[in-house]
Amino acid sequence: MDKRTTVAEAISELRDGMTIGIGGWGSRRKPMALVREILRRPVKDLTVVSYGGPDVGLLCAAGKVKKLVYGFVSLDSIPLEPHFRAARQAGGFEAAELDEGMLQWGLYAAACRLPFLPTRAGLGSDVLRINPELKRVRSPYADGEELVAMPAIELDVAIVHMNRADARGNAQFLGPDPYFDDLYCMAAKRRFVSCERIVDTADFSKHGSFHTLKLNRTMVDGVIEVPGGAHFTECPPDYGRDEAFQRAYAASARDAEAWRAFRAHFLELESEEAYQEAVRAWREEAR
Amino acid sequence: MTAATRAEVCAVAVADAFRGDGEKLASSFGTVPAIGARLAKLSFEPDLLLTDGICMLLADVQPVSGEPRAEPIVEGWLPFRSVFDLLWSGRRHVVMVASQIDRYGNHNFACIGPHERPRAQLLGMRGAPGNTIHHTTSYWIPNHSPKVFVEQVDVCSGVGYDRAAALGPRASRFHEIRRVISNLGIFDFATDDRRMRLRSVHPGVRVEEVVAATGFELAVEGDVPESRVPSAGELRLIREVLDPAGLRERELAG
Repeated sequence: MDKRTTVAEAISELRDGMTIGIGGWGSRRKPMALVREILRRPVKDLTVVSYGGPDVGLLCAAGKVKKLVYGFVSLDSIPLEPHFRAARQAGGFEAAELDEGMLQWGLYAAACRLPFLPTRAGLGSDVLRINPELKRVRSPYADGEELVAMPAIELDVAIVHMNRADARGNAQFLGPDPYFDDLYCMAAKRRFVSCERIVDTADFSKHGSFHTLKLNRTMVDGVIEVPGGAHFTECPPDYGRDEAFQRAYAASARDAEAWRAFRAHFLELESEEAYQEAVRAWREEAR
Repeated sequence: MTAATRAEVCAVAVADAFRGDGEKLASSFGTVPAIGARLAKLSFEPDLLLTDGICMLLADVQPVSGEPRAEPIVEGWLPFRSVFDLLWSGRRHVVMVASQIDRYGNHNFACIGPHERPRAQLLGMRGAPGNTIHHTTSYWIPNHSPKVFVEQVDVCSGVGYDRAAALGPRASRFHEIRRVISNLGIFDFATDDRRMRLRSVHPGVRVEEVVAATGFELAVEGDVPESRVPSAGELRLIREVLDPAGLRERELAG
């Protein structure tokens, strides 16, 4: 089956109120081209699940987020994500803040089609106070230990960015860390993978060992070739983080005027190609 | 060799916190904790595991500033997926930073103000709830003040001793806050009711200064000793091997 599609077609499946999982971690290998396409559309009231970076900052700043399920939001080299902070401090959305491990556990429960998974993480902290829907469960065995019953985080749509994929939906990470991209895909009804390059299945082994084939085609519904699709987050070994551009992005949280200018310059454009062209022009100017 | 600076006293205090840990992952946030963990591994805790700050376990000890010593020797792979397995298994001691901490060691770096609508959004919960309930935790606070050492944390991200006790002995059996190290002194929870106790004051700091800079009633017992100063060998390791550029001095308040 040929699962190749486009950024526009994939994101056209999103509906108001859906729950969207976004792969990567912080400002690392984020499916930014797909996130930018969400910004171009009127879709709203999203529940966003993410080990958050600029994906979350952009969606918050654009007013797309009704509820955020997260453990942190960071730009890594800039520890605090300024757009996310501004939105939080304005009370802009419901904040379902979890321990990082609980987030993994919720995705894993959904992936395994379990209602919950038990964990000790969260006990004693305010995670249970600020998420009053979280319940506890007692071990049915002799120990009788009381644990958190981390509920499955079921996703309508998962979007992730990988280094290589084939047209059938197998996909390969070539950087140091696979993050949780396979769990996002397995927890979702519809799964879209953008990648730096679509290759022949037979050529995966030229790029990395079989250990790097993290997504198999049962986990994927659509594959999109978007070189630079993780910009400005890092996507090693294809490219590192665009720190200069990330600084410009962070500075755009300073005030309404700065954000308006950034949006006009880079986001209110008709396509990903136009975005990448605008970034190229910006880089030339900065030189 | 010139006398130890405050940052160097703090670095050996962090190193001492890792004593007895053996084959555990020593995780640290901040420059002084990073120096402390490396110093411990180079001297009295050679079996500690260290990461490159991304996802490789390194067999050799790299400096926190200046040129890398050589191509790092990777002894293991620890992507985030394995990090949670490892920390839930308990084979880790983390040194975290704190925006607020109370007398029982309840910790906050999530946000300031009510969580529904914070005055200042900070890091978020991150891994603090899971860390503190699963393995040993210490805290590094380079700016000791009543704004950090508070009567009550706005949001509890890391679990303190009173909250752990309320969970009962079974659920709290892996909980341990070993040390709090600030720019003024070293603290532990070695009182009957597990309250924060002034363990030692750094050279040049008076007990009254620490008490005045603490927003809750600190346990102070008898004559409080001075914090250990680094040996000549430790000073040489810190200054010449681990942090030749002196990044450690920039992290402390004042």
